[in-house]
Amino acid sequence: MTVTTTEPAPVAPIPASSSTRLVDRVFKMRELAIFVLLLAILALTQLGNSAFLSEQGIKDLLLNATILVLVATGQALVVITRNVDLSVGSTLGISAFAAGTYLQSGGHPVVAVVLAVLLGVGFGLLNGLLVSLGQVPALVVTLGTLYIIRGIDSIWVGSRQITAADLPDGFVDFGSAGISAVPWLALIALAVLVSTAYYLRHFGSGRELYALGSNPEAARLAGIPVRRRILLAYTFCGALAGLAGALYLARFGNVDSGTGSGYELTVVSAVVVGGVVFTGGSGTVYGAALGALLLTSVNSVLPALGVSSVWVLAINGILLILAIAVDRIVALRVASALKKRNARHG
Amino acid sequence: MTHRSAKDPAPVLALRGISKSFGAVRALRDVSLDLFPGEVHALAGENGAGKSTLIKTLAGVHRPDSGQVLLDGEPVTFHGPADARDAGIAVIYQEPTLFPDLSIAENIFMGRQPRRALGRIDHRATRTATAALMHRLGVELDPDRPARGLSIADQQIVEIAKALSFDARVLIMDEPTAALTGSEVARLFGVVRALREQGAAVLFISHRLEEIFRICERVTTLRDGALIAGEPLAGMTEEDLVRRMVGRDLDELYPKQHVEAGEVALSVRRLTREGVFTDVSFDVRCGEIVGMAGLVGAGRTEVARTVFGVDRWDAGEVEVAGRALVNGAPSAAMAAGLALVPEDRRAQGLVMGMSIERNIGLTGLRATRRAGLMDRGAERSRSLDWAVRLQVKYARIADAVSTLSGGNQQKVVLAKWLATGPAVLIVDEPTRGIDVGTKAEVHRLLSALAADGVAVLMISSDLPEILGMADRVLVMHEGRLTAEIPRSDATEETVMAAATGRAAA
Ligand SMILES: Nc1ncnc2c1ncn2[C@@H]1O[C@H](COP(=O)(O)OP(=O)(O)OP(=O)(O)O)[C@@H](O)[C@H]1O
Ligand SMILES: [Mg+2]
Repeated sequence: MTVTTTEPAPVAPIPASSSTRLVDRVFKMRELAIFVLLLAILALTQLGNSAFLSEQGIKDLLLNATILVLVATGQALVVITRNVDLSVGSTLGISAFAAGTYLQSGGHPVVAVVLAVLLGVGFGLLNGLLVSLGQVPALVVTLGTLYIIRGIDSIWVGSRQITAADLPDGFVDFGSAGISAVPWLALIALAVLVSTAYYLRHFGSGRELYALGSNPEAARLAGIPVRRRILLAYTFCGALAGLAGALYLARFGNVDSGTGSGYELTVVSAVVVGGVVFTGGSGTVYGAALGALLLTSVNSVLPALGVSSVWVLAINGILLILAIAVDRIVALRVASALKKRNARHG
Repeated sequence: MTHRSAKDPAPVLALRGISKSFGAVRALRDVSLDLFPGEVHALAGENGAGKSTLIKTLAGVHRPDSGQVLLDGEPVTFHGPADARDAGIAVIYQEPTLFPDLSIAENIFMGRQPRRALGRIDHRATRTATAALMHRLGVELDPDRPARGLSIADQQIVEIAKALSFDARVLIMDEPTAALTGSEVARLFGVVRALREQGAAVLFISHRLEEIFRICERVTTLRDGALIAGEPLAGMTEEDLVRRMVGRDLDELYPKQHVEAGEVALSVRRLTREGVFTDVSFDVRCGEIVGMAGLVGAGRTEVARTVFGVDRWDAGEVEVAGRALVNGAPSAAMAAGLALVPEDRRAQGLVMGMSIERNIGLTGLRATRRAGLMDRGAERSRSLDWAVRLQVKYARIADAVSTLSGGNQQKVVLAKWLATGPAVLIVDEPTRGIDVGTKAEVHRLLSALAADGVAVLMISSDLPEILGMADRVLVMHEGRLTAEIPRSDATEETVMAAATGRAAA
């Protein structure tokens, strides 16, 4: 810092200094890097299997990614607040079955979707209340609700199963139709993604989610309603898991008591691979969505290349560790660059 | 300075008979205080006297166990910091409370950003307002850079900017100047005076007594949580104030013993860390206390960190007792007899959730180990010994460090490093946030260490401390060593001239 003499107050626009540009660049780079990796994987696969990126191929890829993108968007919000929601898989499963049962008995598709979302909201509220009121880490709380919801699901569903034949034709068709290669479901996910990103960037309560993930104690001192914001994040996450359940039903037309089990791990991986830091306060939902796309592509690419699907999990794991390592290194680099800037301020 | 008109205005904010306990610790007992518009009010007291607790009560962070807070004469209950803020009270807490991932602008306006249509944040207005605040404080900090990695002083500046941005009726500042040097303090005081003219009430805490006398009209003194006096400062001397704080007369604040300097213990040659500091060379001899002065951001802390091996150097060399140190290896530096008491105690000095005893014991793990196992008994007696020598105020030595007052945490960091019995001791702001009584004690300790042949490098933003304690003063300016002044020639003028780059020496 330099002591300056008194001058008239500076006028906008303020030139962005190089430190800012550097930091911005790094974070854009993070998302750009995933994007490039994604394109590279797709291009290589296309070389090995020219049928891969046919219209149907692209559509399948997008369809497969849609549900993960939705749930990852919700999860990103929670992770930004330095929490986590492990119950999303269970919530997805039970809301898919609820929507299916309702449709089976002749319900209207729109009402079915609303029902699934509301169920998700309910479980989200439950998680949010437990996490924000109890002094128990989110990891433990939501591990509990994961099993509770799965348990309720199993008791309720038993060995029953819902298949496409039980559902209205329009609903199942909607699940796979779209504008040429772009499915409707993907457009829904995109709309949710874009509006969530806009909300996080441009609304006070959205920024407060970052603030409280970045430094919970400071957030409290700044008068941010910490509990209400955490509740908001969980409710939103639950709602998207519910919505994803309904879309899952439309897409696969097949739900049983095991639907969505183990899904939470894929979701959390997608979010972390996408650059949403597990300790809260940074990352974007676009990153999370890119992470979801990347994981989905890896899952579709390996079979297309004739690689056994047993490799999929291992590769997901490697991506996850790589992402964390990259984050760590980038963080250190940025920190030292900022330190140097500090000193130069003189 | 202290002429309030005959018809005294009513206090904006007042405390009546406030008590607050944490378990068995009675942090405040029956304390009352009046804050008047257009007046700067000092809150004085030793470490752990209850100053920060009092402030947190005013700010709605703590609920008093008994007593009342009056706003414009009406009793109010603050249910949280938001209530106090809405009542027009802005607070700078002792420990910076920033969001490391967010930009400076967002940090300042979090929760109350300027809005556009539909309740969206006006990012541009936020940034412009931040730049204007920075200008008012006379500092160049980029509004868009994240708060992560800011020096303690810059964090303090951001906190001050945040508090100013409220245009509050009551401004409360808990040791805002602890990390600042003269020119930043002058700037801050300029702003505070302007606020006072506009009729704001200000509550100010500092362990630098001369600052209290410079800016305040009235002082309230606490001792062990109890109110000692609330009175005008006019006519009081520093000695009077110290007596109220400590309850007795104080010995010499700078008990510097003359020691004949011995062999060179630490030798730094042409040390450079690119973009941070350049071509820094100096020696510290056994028995010597070398002061390092300079403005905030001059690179003093960075030199210390690099010498100790926390950061790597790009060129140059460091020798301890004639043996070269390995670049970037703190453990090697420690083995060579070097100790560094860091500037940022919360982030680098302490494990907040751990007990006082274990924190002090951490550096001695090697010494107090028996057959590869920790000897808890030895650790405890060693920790107790140092805690007592530094007059750490605690309920039990097994309490978590996080429950200590700010100054007492600082003492724990000091104890932890002094306990290693180093040959070369680098202390970065050793008495920041430490009360006058203990300050004298720390100075006596440093002086005694030097007399025992320890080489001491003391970085300090407190100029009187440098002048009072150092055998030689090194001055840094913008990453370069600009002057080396022997004790006999060191005055406020010569040091400040070199620190601001006005004179080449
Ligand atoms: N959260 C807490 N839990 C337990 N004890 C506490 C807590 N906060 C403060 N104390 C105790 O209350 C007393 C007063 O602390 P306080 O922080 O108000 O002191 P202070 O006057 O601000 O001191 P300093 O000058 O060192 O900042 C101390 O004995 C401290 O250990
Ligand atoms: Mg304090």
